[in-house]
Amino acid sequence: MFKILKKEVLAPNIYLMDVEAPRVAKNALPGQFLIVRVDDEGERIPLTICDYDSEQGIVQIVFQAIGADTRRMAKLQEGDCFQDVVGPLGRPSDLTELPLDELKKMKICFIAGGVGTAPVYCQLKWLKKNGVDVDCIQGARTKDIIILEDEMKAVSNLHICTDDGSYGIKGNVCVALQQLIDEGREFDRVVAIGPMIMMKFVCQLTEKLGIETIVSMNPIMVDGTGMCGACRLMVGDEVKFACVDGPEFDGHKVDFDQAMQRMRLYKSEEGRLLLKEQEGETHEGGCGNC
Amino acid sequence: MTVDMWKKVPVREQDPKVRAANFDEVCLGYNKEEAEAEAQRCLNCKNPFCVQGCPVSINIPGFIARVKEGDVAGAYEVISQSSALPAVCGRVCPQESQCEGKCVRGIRGEAVSIGKLERYVADTAREMGIKPTVTAEKKNKKVAVIGSGPAGLTCAGDLARLGYDVTIFEALHKAGGVLVYGIPEFRLPKDAVVEKEIENVRALGVKIETDVVIGKSVTIDSLMKDEGFEAVFIGSGAGLPRFMHIPGEQAMGVFSANEYLTRSNLMKAFREDSRTPIMRAKKTVVVGGGNVAMDAARTALRLGSEVHIVYRRSEEELPARKEEVEHAKQEGIIFDLLTNPVEIHADENGWVKGITCIRMELGEPDASGRRSPIPVEGSEFYIECDAVIMSLGTSPNPLISSTTAGLEINRRKCIVADEANGQTSKAGVFAGGDAVTGAATVILAMGAGKAAAKGIDEYLSSL
Repeated sequence: MFKILKKEVLAPNIYLMDVEAPRVAKNALPGQFLIVRVDDEGERIPLTICDYDSEQGIVQIVFQAIGADTRRMAKLQEGDCFQDVVGPLGRPSDLTELPLDELKKMKICFIAGGVGTAPVYCQLKWLKKNGVDVDCIQGARTKDIIILEDEMKAVSNLHICTDDGSYGIKGNVCVALQQLIDEGREFDRVVAIGPMIMMKFVCQLTEKLGIETIVSMNPIMVDGTGMCGACRLMVGDEVKFACVDGPEFDGHKVDFDQAMQRMRLYKSEEGRLLLKEQEGETHEGGCGNC
Repeated sequence: MTVDMWKKVPVREQDPKVRAANFDEVCLGYNKEEAEAEAQRCLNCKNPFCVQGCPVSINIPGFIARVKEGDVAGAYEVISQSSALPAVCGRVCPQESQCEGKCVRGIRGEAVSIGKLERYVADTAREMGIKPTVTAEKKNKKVAVIGSGPAGLTCAGDLARLGYDVTIFEALHKAGGVLVYGIPEFRLPKDAVVEKEIENVRALGVKIETDVVIGKSVTIDSLMKDEGFEAVFIGSGAGLPRFMHIPGEQAMGVFSANEYLTRSNLMKAFREDSRTPIMRAKKTVVVGGGNVAMDAARTALRLGSEVHIVYRRSEEELPARKEEVEHAKQEGIIFDLLTNPVEIHADENGWVKGITCIRMELGEPDASGRRSPIPVEGSEFYIECDAVIMSLGTSPNPLISSTTAGLEINRRKCIVADEANGQTSKAGVFAGGDAVTGAATVILAMGAGKAAAKGIDEYLSSL
């Protein structure tokens, strides 16, 4: 059992938790993910790692309560336990493998969208600790759902943008990136983590701008260790497994349309389960499917 | 009960029509009367060929003699000296090509039904509450076993009997490996059989730590350097599913057999109340002819689908056990043999709507000794379907080999290990099962686990 040491509500429906998981914390690196199961009936849910303390044996996760099981996760309190936490899974960001002097010369711009801010934070913190300064664009629909702002500011040169202009640059992350470029900024790498649709549009823009772009893919997974092949996606001409070959890939080679389509695979089943979860005792199966 | 000495006492099975719609076990096993009658057929050969045919060398005439006398506890003790998982082996071993394949009775009649007798002993012993016993003195030496599948459980059980302090590390949330995620409930009940066999291994003093992915959560080098393990056995299993790399394979409704079976078996998606979804298709095409393909096909059938097995060679070459093929046919699975897929078609929303296949004919024998299939030009035809399950075997998972310094792998990326004792290229590290051989059977993995336990004992005793 894996104990929850801290729980915070970052924004409506977005939660942060510190969880005791010594084996995961000890070997975690930026870019990797873990899998949690809320209880013995739970699904295996992959989540990117937001932060880790190897000494204390603690990992930090951030998740949005959108599905039936993430909603159940959100109900857990400090002191409660997850049934399972396994990881770290996937390959660390290749930035962690580059020589430091080379890394310090690079002009990197991170792009964080929604809960994708959490895994970006993990990388920014690691870079900051190693003396690498980077820019980061953090985007959200509106001001109220900007998360981890102070933390992000502390570890990067942060540019916030909101679709409705309620805070920071008005427009999406692509608008913000274009604006930085127009101001004369130069980048030789973009790392974009967020909803697939955001990553797709960032890649379309950076391809035009000629900037190498890394994305972190979060497809459907079951085991997360390379056994099931559910997380396969096309990168260039090759079939890759996000869990062992990724989750980070060359964004200009990823077939986003196909990846987004595959995300819909179990939508109707998930929807049914969610409805049951929301309606609880009063659920009568009026939908005719239950 | 009168016994026809030339024929096996038939085993009771669930009616095919009934079982096609449920996940209960197909084979019901022998009762006491049937088992004792079947045991009469054993000739108790002085030179028992059956034992030579058994990868873990169970004293087969020895346990059958006790069944004949009605001494189940004694029979269980005999089997336990060689096997930690008799209730599993009695169900899933390919006996026809191993012990029973060598039985002298089989020369003129039917072989003794050794598998069903083993199952009877294991099941009855469990019902009687009999547990295996450890007698060895504690050795105070720690051994790590990676993977809790058949190879790992066997190796761990044998080492615990020798007095070693054994910890199994399992990547998934539940112990059992392929016995839990791969083989379906209707062939191998999880709670009633697998869980109990694992409890028996635990009863020998073996510790099992789940949720640990070796190579990620911790490396082998770190287990040996920082956690005090003096030897390691790698029984991590087969790995990544293969695909055909034909057009349309990314469409929604195309699954690997591993994914489909893991959802159903490990995550219990076959139950209506499971939180893990599984596609309940109308018409499923399963590509491949091995035991895993049969398992996937029979699972899809039970979830309400019409099922076609598409296999590129002929019936004779089907790698699956005869019994599995027979069961599949009885249940109504359609075999499209000498057929190979060339393209999967999706509808405008990305869902599978059909598959184009081509007829094959058999040519000259290939490297495997089997006649190689050759496409018949212009023979393409279309099968309408809404799900395709690829069951084409696996390629090794690099998680361990890529993170363990000095561990040699071969051209096929399998770990290189000595067949006799499991020794790898790295001192103190042993390996066996699918991680070494590529996808094979439960009992071969158990045999390898057993050999490695002996190898590890010799190695640690020599230090």
